[in-house]
Amino acid sequence: MNRRNFLRNTGFVAAGSLFVPAFMKPLEAMALDELSLYKNLVVVQLSGGNDGLNTVIPFGNDIYYQKRKSIAIKPEEVIKLNDMQGLNPNMAALQEIHDQGWMTIINDVGYPNPDRSHFRSMDIWQTGSDSNQFLSTGWIGRYLDSNCQTCKFPYTAIEVDDSLSLAMKGQTKKGIALKDPAALFRNTNDPFFKSMLQNDKEHLDEDNLGYLYKTMIETSSSANYIQNTSKIYQSKSTYPTSGFANQLKTVSKFISSGLKTRVYYVSLSGFDTHVNQIGQQGNLLKQYSEGMAAFLKDLKSNNKLDDTLVITFSEFGRRVEQNASNGTDHGTANNMFVFGGKLKKQGIFNAAPNLGDLDTGDLKYQLDFRQVYGTILDKWLDVNNADILNKKFNTLDFI
Amino acid sequence: MSAKDNFFKVKHLYNRAGFGISYTDLEKLSRKNLEKVVDNLLKDSEKKDPINLVNDFESKRQLLVQAGLYAKKDLNDEEKKMRQQIIREQNEVSRDLNIAFVNKMINTDAPLREKMTLFWHGHFACRSNNPFFAQQLNNIQRENALGSFKSLLVEVSKSPAMLQYLNNQQNKKGKPNENFARELMELFTLGRGNYTEQDIKESARSFTGWMYDKDGSFVFRQNQHDTGTKTFFGKIGNFEGENIIDIILEKPETSQFIARKVYKFFVNDNPNEAHVKELATHFYNSKYDIASLMRKMFTSDWFYSDENVGTKIKSPAEFLVGLSREFYVTYNKPQVLIQLQSSLGQYLFNPPNVAGWPGGQNWIDSSSLMLRMRIPSLVLNDGEIDFSGKADPEDEAVIALSRTATTNANANTKPKSYVNANANWTKFLDTLPKGLTPLELTQFLLQPKLNTKITTMVSDNKGLRSTAVEITSMPEYQLC
Repeated sequence: MNRRNFLRNTGFVAAGSLFVPAFMKPLEAMALDELSLYKNLVVVQLSGGNDGLNTVIPFGNDIYYQKRKSIAIKPEEVIKLNDMQGLNPNMAALQEIHDQGWMTIINDVGYPNPDRSHFRSMDIWQTGSDSNQFLSTGWIGRYLDSNCQTCKFPYTAIEVDDSLSLAMKGQTKKGIALKDPAALFRNTNDPFFKSMLQNDKEHLDEDNLGYLYKTMIETSSSANYIQNTSKIYQSKSTYPTSGFANQLKTVSKFISSGLKTRVYYVSLSGFDTHVNQIGQQGNLLKQYSEGMAAFLKDLKSNNKLDDTLVITFSEFGRRVEQNASNGTDHGTANNMFVFGGKLKKQGIFNAAPNLGDLDTGDLKYQLDFRQVYGTILDKWLDVNNADILNKKFNTLDFI
Repeated sequence: MSAKDNFFKVKHLYNRAGFGISYTDLEKLSRKNLEKVVDNLLKDSEKKDPINLVNDFESKRQLLVQAGLYAKKDLNDEEKKMRQQIIREQNEVSRDLNIAFVNKMINTDAPLREKMTLFWHGHFACRSNNPFFAQQLNNIQRENALGSFKSLLVEVSKSPAMLQYLNNQQNKKGKPNENFARELMELFTLGRGNYTEQDIKESARSFTGWMYDKDGSFVFRQNQHDTGTKTFFGKIGNFEGENIIDIILEKPETSQFIARKVYKFFVNDNPNEAHVKELATHFYNSKYDIASLMRKMFTSDWFYSDENVGTKIKSPAEFLVGLSREFYVTYNKPQVLIQLQSSLGQYLFNPPNVAGWPGGQNWIDSSSLMLRMRIPSLVLNDGEIDFSGKADPEDEAVIALSRTATTNANANTKPKSYVNANANWTKFLDTLPKGLTPLELTQFLLQPKLNTKITTMVSDNKGLRSTAVEITSMPEYQLC
């Protein structure tokens, strides 16, 4: 990268003796309807390996009840979505969402030669790699690297957390992690750090020091932009009191105030239910469903639901047969949830898991998770999925 | 060579080969010839002082109990409790082991050995839930850190931690598991592109039967070992694991792969191929003597050239250890060191995968950089940066407004920061010569060349302590 490109790409131009963020002006001048063309993606990560079979319950299949003698959800408790599958009773909040046509469930998503380690499988999902391939960039990070017209800002991807996931790290660009826009704003506007940013023309070079300054400048301008754009917005909706719901509330605030961010990333952890699964998973699914329902309704009331797509994944599902401790061990393929106001296929997307045809006790995957990513990249984020995923994946028809 | 010139070279050497140097030692060493300084550094690091935190006896007892429980189909409540209790204890000891390693780096008087241990810790990246295994592997890496690469490689390959991590326990005659064989060549020795899939298949057969027994010792199980003929890199024979390692080391590609990685860790993220080749040839000819490789590198002129000084991004471990060592920091709640490693993206003993930490610019993103710039003030001064620069009044108002909401409750008391650490300022200031100016202190604390912004900033002469907090909070302090 030469110096000129560098300056352009950092979003700064030299104006007199000061560096003025170039995006500030065009943004102010931009009409509101132009901003609302922005389609948002919200990625929800369930960490620990959520047991998909006790989330979307195949109550129509006897094998489920044979293999899960003490932890199966009884048919009369299931929130039935069709003759075969239904939701865990703790997910009652999503019934209305389903009935509105804002929800799709994709069954049996996975990848070849699945890895049962939390860390490794999470890396595979976050980087979009094959199971024997080690990538140091994430799939959203590489989307940022593609530098497309609508994804070139340092705040294009925001993770509502204290640290940034691998999924959000590209080679040249990275997302930004923040839990509280006001706190980040305070930090970057600390008089000392501010003085670091001022009078600094010597450092916009291409070496490591230049990279540090570039990151600092981008963080600071993003913090200002995010805080200034979102501080005026006050949500009228009420959310349940949970950390997860709070994260979604922050996302909703960002989306509804018109931030030009395209990807949001949030996570909920604790799904590694080897022991006494029913209570633990039930609590988490309740938090998830109630937070999600409030979020989607909030977006609807702000006319943002049609521009928003939410996906939920976990690093793996769990084994079909329960273990001796009323829990389940690490497995393979799992279901994914998709939410949005403009879904092409609503309800249940594909056939329920075939519990009679297992691979040494684990579900066989029907769809590669990169087909889901590929679909979103092609149809929602307007880039060619082969450029991001390193090979072309066939798209699916849920959007 | 002038003494001043030597001053900066020795400082550079100790920042890269160790975790920094005190002003007193630096002044003393600057009077010596640079080659002597390198020899001294190597001599200081001859001492091998292992970590002996994890109780050997207790760990073996736990392993046996675990093996017994694992073999059972149904556990009663007491057995379940026992199993959970062991896991809890192991997690706790694992955290203590992590802190022990960090403390060792902070306090060591064999800095190069610890720095090399950190290097091998990332090179032979491994996770183990069992702290006894993890400690054993860490000690193997320390013991052999500056010795023969072959001994190191063989010992690592036979360590229960690695055998478990790369599934060699499952690598059996007739049912080979190729995980270890693949990573051995891809990540530990030859590097991608220098072997075929067939080489992996054949060598995996040679490692069948390399296992560890119930009480965690290496064992070669003859009955699990595939004694058939193998073809490896065109050679045909009844190769055993050691033979495979010998053949791999005969290939110069292995010396090139290790030399490049060492260069990237100690010299520059962007390798100069001529320099790498120089090192690789030397390493190969010395029969993989690591100390000799390091000496060659540290005595090369190019090691001290401008493009290699103050230009590398410190890893989180280098950053935390360097800061703590420099200012004689005690952590009142040492667990915070784990929290910081994790937030900064380098939780020792927990690499992201077998490829280790990617390093370089990968360490830095918006949140990790902001945290890195806050940590020095949190560690040294309870979060305060005594900065008298003029802030924009409008910003001040916004900051004040957003702060009232969250910190109103304790606005008047200065709370101890969550890091809860104490720097020993007296000790630090004692190491500095009388009459040292803030500018000279800055030149000592920062590795990159100073620019006018920094010289202007420290020219207001507000005292050494405040200057130190300011300087360590700058982006320049992230470089070494």
